[in-house]
Amino acid sequence: MTIAAEPLAVRRRPLARAFGFVRRHALTAYALLAFVYLLVPVAVVVAFSFNSPKGRFNYTWQGFTLNNWIHWDAVPGIRSAIKISLEIAAISSICATVLGSLIALALVRYGFRGRGATNFLIFLPMSTPEIVLGASLLTLFLTMNIATGFLTIVIAHIMFNISYVVVTVKARLVGFDRHLEEAAMDLGANGWTTFWRVTLPLIAPGILAALLLTFALSVDDFVITNFNAGTTVTFPLFVWGAARAAVFPQINVIGTAIFAVAIITMLANIVFQNRRSRRTA
Amino acid sequence: MTFLHRYRRLAPYVLLGPGLAWLALFFVAPLGFLGHQSLQTQDPIALTYTFKWAWHNYSDALTTYHTQLLRSFEYAGLATLLALAISYPLAYWIAFRGGRWKNVLLLCIVGPFFVTYLIRTLAWETILADQGFVANLLRHLHVLGANGRLLATSTAVVAGITYNFLPFMALPLYVSLEQIDQRLIEAAEDLYASRTIAFLRVTLPLSLPGVFAGTLLTFIPASGDFINAQLLGTPNQTMIGNVIQSKFLELTDYPAAAALSFILMATILVLVGLYARALGTEKLTG
Repeated sequence: MTIAAEPLAVRRRPLARAFGFVRRHALTAYALLAFVYLLVPVAVVVAFSFNSPKGRFNYTWQGFTLNNWIHWDAVPGIRSAIKISLEIAAISSICATVLGSLIALALVRYGFRGRGATNFLIFLPMSTPEIVLGASLLTLFLTMNIATGFLTIVIAHIMFNISYVVVTVKARLVGFDRHLEEAAMDLGANGWTTFWRVTLPLIAPGILAALLLTFALSVDDFVITNFNAGTTVTFPLFVWGAARAAVFPQINVIGTAIFAVAIITMLANIVFQNRRSRRTA
Repeated sequence: MTFLHRYRRLAPYVLLGPGLAWLALFFVAPLGFLGHQSLQTQDPIALTYTFKWAWHNYSDALTTYHTQLLRSFEYAGLATLLALAISYPLAYWIAFRGGRWKNVLLLCIVGPFFVTYLIRTLAWETILADQGFVANLLRHLHVLGANGRLLATSTAVVAGITYNFLPFMALPLYVSLEQIDQRLIEAAEDLYASRTIAFLRVTLPLSLPGVFAGTLLTFIPASGDFINAQLLGTPNQTMIGNVIQSKFLELTDYPAAAALSFILMATILVLVGLYARALGTEKLTG
């Protein structure tokens, strides 16, 4: 493992070496088991999207079929639920990313009174149980006589997403070299040009990551949405309703599709980053 | 940014303004309304609410639901410990043995959590089902009695919570382990520390910020969760989240639900404070 430790390893007794070997591989075996544990439920979701169930529930394997994929919108309500989820995710992730990136910019670039308090305020929603966030928003809407629905879900999603944006973009900004901006200014660029041509491209990966993360969080959210949805049905709410009456294999189809999109996006990101680091190295 | 340079003292507030206003309106203010609601009383006939400084809502809620409250923290605590036990070796392995596959291996941890929460939990329902493969195998091995069940038990609920919040534990652990300067461990070994001692005296203390962050990020959402108890448990596994949820959305007993929400939040804050003191956050963050 390390150059310095090599001579020591050679001098070790055979028993100790065998023990080291076992221990080394025990860790690997443990890690592999942990991966199995992590991935088995995913495999179940994917496999049961190809199941052709008898009756209302999709719990036991009955046989392979592609029907669920071909007729993915055969269940009444699933199509509109997905559409609503995607719309809410798009609006809320864009709004939260704008609001959150501005906060991150202020926090990293400026010393100002109330910085500690701001950091604390950003941290609080992430450390409050979702059920409390959802319940308190519902209380606000009830007191103010605001009917819950599409708009209130968007408001709620922007609220819980802002903190995640701040954390993600801040992480990117901390490693940011201020001298690059100063150099641009020295070379005669004005404030706007510097911002658009230097600052923004440098923090763009952080902003993109925040956008994707908040989109995913929004599509997945159940607890807060459940409190503030009124009669609007998002995809997780649809699944919840279905879980009580009948579980359709179509639910697994959509679950698999969302999973596939997320994985492909992240793999593309890894490949892209690897290429870039190889080019700069 | 000259336009910002000119108004340097105002600039941060302009940038912060919209976002913080949003949080003030839709995070801070609602908590105030929730507090207000928790001190109201409900007229049993007209079903209207009046504000009366009804502190008894809190004591009533505690006497009626202390079982569920304690159970929530018990389940959340167990799930946090389990998640730590599973994630630490895993994060360690990826950080020190992952090599060029680190990112792909991390994807294996994060990936499952892009399957919608509810669908993932329903998958556990399938895996633990009475006639499922796991239950049958355990019955065959006599670990489980002939009529023994996996589903609808505390074990199922804790297992579900552990699974659902695992990345919140694994990712901070990985980040703190990954940052450790390998030369420190080499130095310890050069100074004749055994591997175990080097781990206990160098690696483990350096990874404590990750342990701290991970346990909090797992414990807090876990203690407010109600989905696992609902889908994988029975009324005997009801957690405080289930009570709050049904009081708010089914029984419209808002004052009691609001009081319970505050009790949950306050208990979490106290526990986190004690935990931070026990672990010594000054050492961790400083």
